Amino acid sequence: MNANVISLDGLKVASRDDLTKAIESQGCESSSCGSSDAPEDMDPTTWEKVKDHPCYSEEAHHYFARMHVAVAPACNIQCNYCNRKYDCANESRPGVVSERLTPEQAARKVIAVANEIPQLSVLGIAGPGDSAYDWRKTKETFTRVQQQLPDIKLCLSTNGLALPDHVDELLDMNIDHVTLTINMIDPEIGTKIYPWIFWEKKRRTGLEAAQILHERQMQSLDMLHERGILVKVNSVMIPGINDEHLMEVNREVKARGAFLHNIMPLISAPEHGTVFGLQGQRGPTAKELKKLQDACAGGANLMKHCRQCRADAVGLLGEDRGQEFTMDLVPEEVTYDASKREAYRDWVAEERGERRAAAETAKAETQAAVNPDAEAMLIAVATKGGGRINQHFGHATEFQVFEVDNDGVRFVTHRRCDNYCVGGYGEEDKLELVIKTLEGIDTILVAKIGGCPKDDLAAAGIEAIEDYAYEYIETAVSAVYRAKNGLPAEEAEIA
Amino acid sequence: MSLKIVVENCTVCGACEFECPNAAIRFESDTYIIDPSLCTECEGHADNPQCAEVCPVPDTCVAA
Repeated sequence: MNANVISLDGLKVASRDDLTKAIESQGCESSSCGSSDAPEDMDPTTWEKVKDHPCYSEEAHHYFARMHVAVAPACNIQCNYCNRKYDCANESRPGVVSERLTPEQAARKVIAVANEIPQLSVLGIAGPGDSAYDWRKTKETFTRVQQQLPDIKLCLSTNGLALPDHVDELLDMNIDHVTLTINMIDPEIGTKIYPWIFWEKKRRTGLEAAQILHERQMQSLDMLHERGILVKVNSVMIPGINDEHLMEVNREVKARGAFLHNIMPLISAPEHGTVFGLQGQRGPTAKELKKLQDACAGGANLMKHCRQCRADAVGLLGEDRGQEFTMDLVPEEVTYDASKREAYRDWVAEERGERRAAAETAKAETQAAVNPDAEAMLIAVATKGGGRINQHFGHATEFQVFEVDNDGVRFVTHRRCDNYCVGGYGEEDKLELVIKTLEGIDTILVAKIGGCPKDDLAAAGIEAIEDYAYEYIETAVSAVYRAKNGLPAEEAEIA
Repeated sequence: MSLKIVVENCTVCGACEFECPNAAIRFESDTYIIDPSLCTECEGHADNPQCAEVCPVPDTCVAA
């Protein structure tokens, strides 16, 4: 069912000591690092492009960080899920941003972040506004950053209306990742999502607007694909409007060469002041989203690790350190120091090889020990990144959910537990929230958990396990699966 | 004959500056303003004033 999800396929079980040493030294001390070959479902050229991009590779998102800079605020279309006046530092969702930057400020901020966060591998321009329409600012930002940080991946997100005019410039600038937001391939459906577009000196509405937008989006996709630029298609799933239609979108974008399709749930509430929010249009439930994703199996590869981050997010996908890098905190003059990022990359190259080998071993052990017909299991983990179970339960703002069966361990989704305003609520209320977040999951792996929450979780039917602290996710999840399906976990762990 | 920008409504996105055929719009003290001596309401250039056409907030680019 998840065969078309980009996943890490394979790893080896290292001993606890080796792992601890590796973590303590922040480097790989083992001489048995496996190869870091591309996953089997990708050609080497593509793997080279995506292997360090946290949004394009599920595996990379455990190691690499992205940052967005909001430099291109002008937009050429209006979407019913967007309110351009909205701004709140506590909200985390696309299009929300606290400060807008000039290209010069943005370039300075990128250097400051690169010096502090060695995981940084991608700079994206993703709104508010449209990066291809507000092209002068996008281009100036990329040019400035590229001069100082030539190895950073540049990435942009656009609605596609203005993009065909700039595709060749993208090529000249070595930009090989573009995200197109495509919510429909049927303009009739488009009329319910886009009240207007600005096109050739005129505001167009209704079917005309949706038709033009659709044609330009398809043209963008074709042009990007022809030039070998990887395209991720983002679609907002809006129940009752385009939910079923997104299966057709999935097929169409695959046929036109999209590399990845990211179906995101609509985020909608009256206080956001969007048309959908004010109309009471609801977003899909986690179950509805999963159902649609499953129904798209066999089509374009699906991205399932998207966090729908803010337009000024900084850090690994599960975290946002944007508040540490507001412009008032960025020095007037910053000089890039490449050494930290280089050292980190070397470490990742070895670490990810080990992890892949460990997953491979774990899979083989599971296949040897568990009946192939045994039911798949969902397991939640608390992780700070690096592909390990390394977060304290109480510090987790999200849990990553993995599915395990005889075929190995696959990332399914993440469940957030910070997307409600928790200020003013007690810890107990938060725990209730977490329990609700974990609906349908009865096992959670953490680095550590207090006695009280552990008991409360147990009372709610959720077992919290600390035994696999700092181990690879795949190794631990497999061991739990084997333990539940016959083989004792200890034996499996030591193997 | 010119338009003006209602400051309270403006989101400072700059799309109007971008589209203005007369370069009559500039950013000044945290908002965009229209120079009435340069604004032609786009007569002879487009059917409707471009700033009002592209502005995401209703009733923000209005007759001065």
